[in-house]
Amino acid sequence: MAGSEVVLLDFWASPFGMRARIALAEKGVEYEYREENLADKTEFLLRMNPVHKKIPVLVHKGRPVCESLIIVEYVDEAWKKPPLLPADPYDRATARFWANFVDAKVYDCGSRLWKLKGEALEATKKEFIDILKLLEGALGDKHFFGGDHFGFVDVSFIPFASWFLVYESHGNFKVEEVCPKLGAWVKRCRERESVSKSLPDPHKVLEFVNVVLKKKYGIE
Amino acid sequence: METGRGDEVKLIGMWASPFVLRVKVALNLKGVHYESLEEDLPFGKSQLLLDSNPVHKKVPVLLHNGKPICESLIILEYIDEVWASAGAPAILPSDPYDRATARFWAAYVDEKIFASMKGALITESDEKRKALVESTLVGLGSMEEALDRRSKGGKFFGGESIGFLDLALGSLVGWLRVMGKACGMNFLDPDRTPRLAGWAESFCEADPIKDVLPDTDKLVEFRKTLQAAMEAASAAAAAAATPATPSTS
Repeated sequence: MAGSEVVLLDFWASPFGMRARIALAEKGVEYEYREENLADKTEFLLRMNPVHKKIPVLVHKGRPVCESLIIVEYVDEAWKKPPLLPADPYDRATARFWANFVDAKVYDCGSRLWKLKGEALEATKKEFIDILKLLEGALGDKHFFGGDHFGFVDVSFIPFASWFLVYESHGNFKVEEVCPKLGAWVKRCRERESVSKSLPDPHKVLEFVNVVLKKKYGIE
Repeated sequence: METGRGDEVKLIGMWASPFVLRVKVALNLKGVHYESLEEDLPFGKSQLLLDSNPVHKKVPVLLHNGKPICESLIILEYIDEVWASAGAPAILPSDPYDRATARFWAAYVDEKIFASMKGALITESDEKRKALVESTLVGLGSMEEALDRRSKGGKFFGGESIGFLDLALGSLVGWLRVMGKACGMNFLDPDRTPRLAGWAESFCEADPIKDVLPDTDKLVEFRKTLQAAMEAASAAAAAAATPATPSTS
């Protein structure tokens, strides 16, 4: 589509990209999705994100916004309804805290997990489950992290559900067994169209890890 | 003053921490009265800190009427939202794109510049230090460009008044000077990054900063304390890991 007002540079399996997709879908924003080949990045991507050269990048009226959580906040501010961040400043700070926690802990630990074996794998698996339990504690008995409404933390964390099968099959555990409240929350989120349309099939992600990524990292 | 009657603001912090400094300056910018609670880092953490920030156990923690807010950049956004009025300058701009830009560069400061600087100060490997010094300089070079590319005028990233990105980067100036002394170079060299050098001076001289900015010599001394503490900790860890050997004395 020539001259799209909103363009998203993305990669299908990226949980960070999924955050942007979900946010845009929640707001009902029409946009052009462009798949990047991360092994051969387009000149456009490199020009829009020269500092990090990463996806996702949201290009709105020709101006790039980089870093997934910053993109989600931008989308929330540029398109007001429905709000993803709560109105109260303390609740907003709490939401930003947990979104940052997901950023700092989930991806890093999960990425290490599927690359390891033996004792190292067991230690990382424990670390990962501890991280999930902290998040489950933050969710508590609420419907969503945001309370009654799907919000910022939900958007930040739900993409990783498409990677749970990767962590589960390597670590030999099930998220819904170690963290049943999180398991229920995942099901609830997947009922939303914005989520179901934005998340890839976990089996495809597992195949991607087993066939493509392991070769890239030289893992058996 | 901005603090309402019955508003209780406390800051759990530590004088040498750049992240705590960000919060102090932000509170000063807004004219908020607060009680400063000093932690004895690196030697111990108070029960209040552990209770207020159980996840990360780090400073700064802002306690507003007893409720904790953690993570310095998140605290800054909170302060900006709670104490928003005609009297106090805004820390973040109002335009969504400008806000995204400020957040982007603040994250860059933490991930690239602070991380490289901290690594360079800690590492014992000369080769690693060289690489991390270089990485810090690259980061500062990007900030020089960002300052150059701003459409608005003014001494600061935020324009005429100190803003989010000024707080994020400005809080590192003291430690950049410490690193400069350790490496025998000026990280804010006006020949290399003229705009940044001028900006750093403006920042450090500004009213909300000058009384809370830690003295560079005190930071240099503190670094020695930190290094000794780290050496003691790794010696203890190594001793715990080594199997017991017969005494030779």
